[in-house]
Amino acid sequence: MNLVEKILAKASGKKEVAPGEIVDANIDRAMIHDLTGPLTIEMFKKIGVERVWDPEKIVMILDHQVPADTVKSAELHVTMRTFAREQGIRNFYEIGKGGICHQVMPEKGYVLPGEVIVGADSHTCTYGALGAFATGIGSTEMAAVFATGKLWFKVPQTLNFVAQGRLKQPTSAKDLILHIIGQVGVDGATYKAAKFSGPAITRMSIDGRLTMCNMAVEMGAKTGIIEPDAQTIRYVSARTKKFTPLKSDPDAEYEKTFELDVNELEPQVACPPSVDNVKPVSEIEGLEINQAFIGSCTNGRLEDLRAASRILKKNKVHPNVRLIVIPASQEIYQAALREGIIEILAKAGAYISNASCGPCLGGHLGVLAPFETCISTSNRNFIGRMGSPKASVYLASPATVAASAVAGKVTDPRTMWRS
Amino acid sequence: MIITGNAVKVGDHINTDLILPGKYLVFIEPEELAKHALEGLDPRFPEKARGGVVLIAGKNFGCGSSREQAPIALKHANVKCIVADSFARIFYRNAINIGLPVVECKEIADKVNEGDQLVVDLAEGVIKDLTLNQSWQIKPVPKFLLEILTAGGLVEYLKKRIKSK
Repeated sequence: MNLVEKILAKASGKKEVAPGEIVDANIDRAMIHDLTGPLTIEMFKKIGVERVWDPEKIVMILDHQVPADTVKSAELHVTMRTFAREQGIRNFYEIGKGGICHQVMPEKGYVLPGEVIVGADSHTCTYGALGAFATGIGSTEMAAVFATGKLWFKVPQTLNFVAQGRLKQPTSAKDLILHIIGQVGVDGATYKAAKFSGPAITRMSIDGRLTMCNMAVEMGAKTGIIEPDAQTIRYVSARTKKFTPLKSDPDAEYEKTFELDVNELEPQVACPPSVDNVKPVSEIEGLEINQAFIGSCTNGRLEDLRAASRILKKNKVHPNVRLIVIPASQEIYQAALREGIIEILAKAGAYISNASCGPCLGGHLGVLAPFETCISTSNRNFIGRMGSPKASVYLASPATVAASAVAGKVTDPRTMWRS
Repeated sequence: MIITGNAVKVGDHINTDLILPGKYLVFIEPEELAKHALEGLDPRFPEKARGGVVLIAGKNFGCGSSREQAPIALKHANVKCIVADSFARIFYRNAINIGLPVVECKEIADKVNEGDQLVVDLAEGVIKDLTLNQSWQIKPVPKFLLEILTAGGLVEYLKKRIKSK
């Protein structure tokens, strides 16, 4: 069995499972946030069960509409706080304490290799970076998990993406995952698991691996997954209790294997209106931008802020551009303060905000006017995603976004990558 | 379960931001969400759907976010059923969980015309176009999913199961 099959077999008490089989799995961890949580809570109450199955296994995070921008979102936050209190859910992250759910979950030790994690958010697949089976579900389904602690899954086929070679900085994990999505398309992995492996992944930091798995859903995948190695064990051990990682068997099977050579990969950009509309940066260099955004569950991590500060250290944000930088968590914000990154970014003219999802989903903080163009490190460039349906969103790495913010137009970060 | 309605056609890769833009996620009231159903694609859609429609879509319908508000908006805008070449997986599960029938059928999108009168029989696995006088076989919906749909969604289904225990 491969890693996904092994995790699902263990979670459903079976010796062996095969793709296509439907299993009833025990859930190890369940996460809701302020935009999907209130509906979960309403549905949970409708089911008519009084107590959640296990308050210790539930994590609640305020991150999307924070701090509250309207009375309506303030009310959603109250719904979340009240439910946490009533149900004795201690893993509740108030604003200023946690950050974006998909950073808080791994960072605070809620993601363990070999476990099954569900989140009421499509980017829950991020946690596969630590060798967990993690997938996004809807609010009603989450209410059922809160009531029963179980959920049915169809064991997926797995696609294996083997990345050979070495990424040359500033080309990064984001460029690699955009490249892969460009190759297979936005439904290239629908209903399937996407495994990332090979020397380029082994060499990749945990931050980079989280970026890779985060975007697995953008090709339709049920989860992204990476085999846990020594680096994974170190990261997780520093944050939590004992755990038992699982590994694929040597004779594990995959539906299809894709071999990629990343040595010559240049920075990539996903052009509107689809995440698979991916081009090398050289093809769209010079396109003028109005806004640049560095942050989100895809690229708001320390490594991302470091890359941005390396470019912005001796540069200023272009007069015609506003650069918004949002660290993915309070922990990252503090680390960036300690490393002097926040000061560099502020001096360069970046608008820096505390951890939240920010403009990524167009709800709050930095939405776009008609005919404006934004280059962003986030994960979706759909029509209307970041505000006006007449605005355009280009997706790229933190280095590409930082370089573009300096030049006022889409720019190859390799031209500004100095030590 | 037999569903009737006129066809409204949409294309491939209709994502959740087109079905329900992110700015409306602060709402959970179905009637409020319904006012904005498919707003990103056609702001007049709720008016079009008023009499009850069957949505005919291409590939990967519902891709993107896990927002359950997307199928809720469609259901309460009076979409009776969605027939697509394929669905994004979270949307597919969400739709069934809130009691909105979703059916995969690869042959139909090119043939049906906007406004055709359709009948979808989930248990039998047949879609009929009464205007064209043509019908297509579909994979019958698995029994336990049909039970959820017949109950009106996962909440109602669980309620019944808990009661019968």
